[in-house]
Amino acid sequence: MHPARSIILFTTLSGLGFGLLTFLGLGYPDVKGMTAFVFFAIAYMLAAGGLAASAFHLGHPERALKAFSQWRTSWLSREAWTSVATLVVMAVYGAGLVFLDTRVAALSIVGALLCLATVVSTSMIYASLGSVPRWNDRTTPILFLAYAIAGGALLSGEVTMAIFLLLALAALQAWVWRDGDARFARSGTTMATATGLTGGTVRSFEPPHTGKNYLLTEMVYVVGRKHARKLRAIALVLVSFLPVILLLLPFSHVFATLAVLSHIAGALVARWLFFAEAEHVVGLYYGKRHGSSTSTQTIR
Amino acid sequence: MTSLPSHTDRKLGLVIDLDTCVGCHACVVACKGWNDASQPSGLTDANPYGADPTGAFLNRVHSYEIQPDQGAAQLVHFPKSCLHCDDAPCVTVCPTGASYKRQEDGIVLVNESDCIGCGLCAWACPYGAREMDPTEQVMKKCTLCVDRIYNEELPEDDRVPACVRTCPTGARHFGDFSDPGSAVSQLVAERGGLELMPEQGTKPVNRYLPPRPKGEIDVLAPLLEPVADDPKGLLGWLDRTLERLG
Repeated sequence: MHPARSIILFTTLSGLGFGLLTFLGLGYPDVKGMTAFVFFAIAYMLAAGGLAASAFHLGHPERALKAFSQWRTSWLSREAWTSVATLVVMAVYGAGLVFLDTRVAALSIVGALLCLATVVSTSMIYASLGSVPRWNDRTTPILFLAYAIAGGALLSGEVTMAIFLLLALAALQAWVWRDGDARFARSGTTMATATGLTGGTVRSFEPPHTGKNYLLTEMVYVVGRKHARKLRAIALVLVSFLPVILLLLPFSHVFATLAVLSHIAGALVARWLFFAEAEHVVGLYYGKRHGSSTSTQTIR
Repeated sequence: MTSLPSHTDRKLGLVIDLDTCVGCHACVVACKGWNDASQPSGLTDANPYGADPTGAFLNRVHSYEIQPDQGAAQLVHFPKSCLHCDDAPCVTVCPTGASYKRQEDGIVLVNESDCIGCGLCAWACPYGAREMDPTEQVMKKCTLCVDRIYNEELPEDDRVPACVRTCPTGARHFGDFSDPGSAVSQLVAERGGLELMPEQGTKPVNRYLPPRPKGEIDVLAPLLEPVADDPKGLLGWLDRTLERLG
């Protein structure tokens, strides 16, 4: 799939922002007044900034309000509702902490749950697509939640929790990559089911068009897979191992900032791979799918 | 509303005969021409006369080679357009309600004034049936020529999708799959019409008739047999003379 910069930024940054808001909602760290203001400002810049970035990939952002209408079937619409509800509830909760020195307990739990619901909604947009076998799996929402929670722990300064969560995140991510490599083949969608052709080795003889088209640029992205192995290693180091080492060192604000920056950079690399490595089954029609086979298939 | 109808009164769709299609791409051109003229914002191209042209098409013809273990390879031309699925995943993912499936005839349509151009429906379609219009930035798809098939301004012969009307070999058939007696239903029954990617669970309406194995029905073969084993007259003299030359 085409790794659009706006969507990578959106899902990564807003995931982190909602992760931080989850921890703030649960009272980690237990901050009030000006300190709370700074924490909430960072969380809102990430969460709302990410949402704004997502609007850049729309063809008609001026109609974005219509996206609230189809929550019955569409995870994208549900994401719109959960994100706005979260930002509103957490704004009221945050205002209580910052200006009134008061923690509204009911709002804190509701807000934290809404944060997690938003992250799940985002992930389900991808997980619900049967056309992209690598995403169409229950681990996709778990992985998105793991990024949000581990990143949230790191940003909220919960050092011990962050160390364990970051290591767990790395293990989960490594397993998801490994398992994800086999999902296209497991999906059962092949050139044979795509074309219904039988009786020999089938190969794409001639594509329908000589130039590129929307399908090829959007869904048959093949550039990034060349360096996937190296990028996976780089992502794990940046997202987890380096921040953990920095957290284990004697505390300093410089190390903490570096840990956060490293984590964000790693999360961006991992999210880039999430898109670039995902193969859409439409590529089978063009004989361009690696997950299931090369460009030809012997079909009996 | 992006909830799918629990049932549709009719199931309009296409049967595409892979045995008959010669890969001329006339259906591609007819589709482009009709929809560019009839869709509210056309069916546009970006940079059409430049070095790097691209454009939205609702119907495309792939070509595949089947190489059996023995014997000659077979070339199969494979037109692909929206299959108007019963369980259309492109409809349910739409956040705005721009995508919908009609209860009366099962046609899947986009109301482009509601489309925000997020592209999620094109991701959800396993067949690549939807394409973003490169200049209008709204999603375009096959309408089954809904503006032809019910159009009483057109002569009755023309009230079929443009691709069907234009096909010079009659490889595309339009009809109602909910009626077991319809021509399309009977073609599917006789020729073993296939669903594409049945495992995706989309329940496509369109069906594909597989190419007949070569040799099974070879209408030309009798005509290519030698017409006379012992020619007479001038041909007989030529035959004997050429034989003598060794």
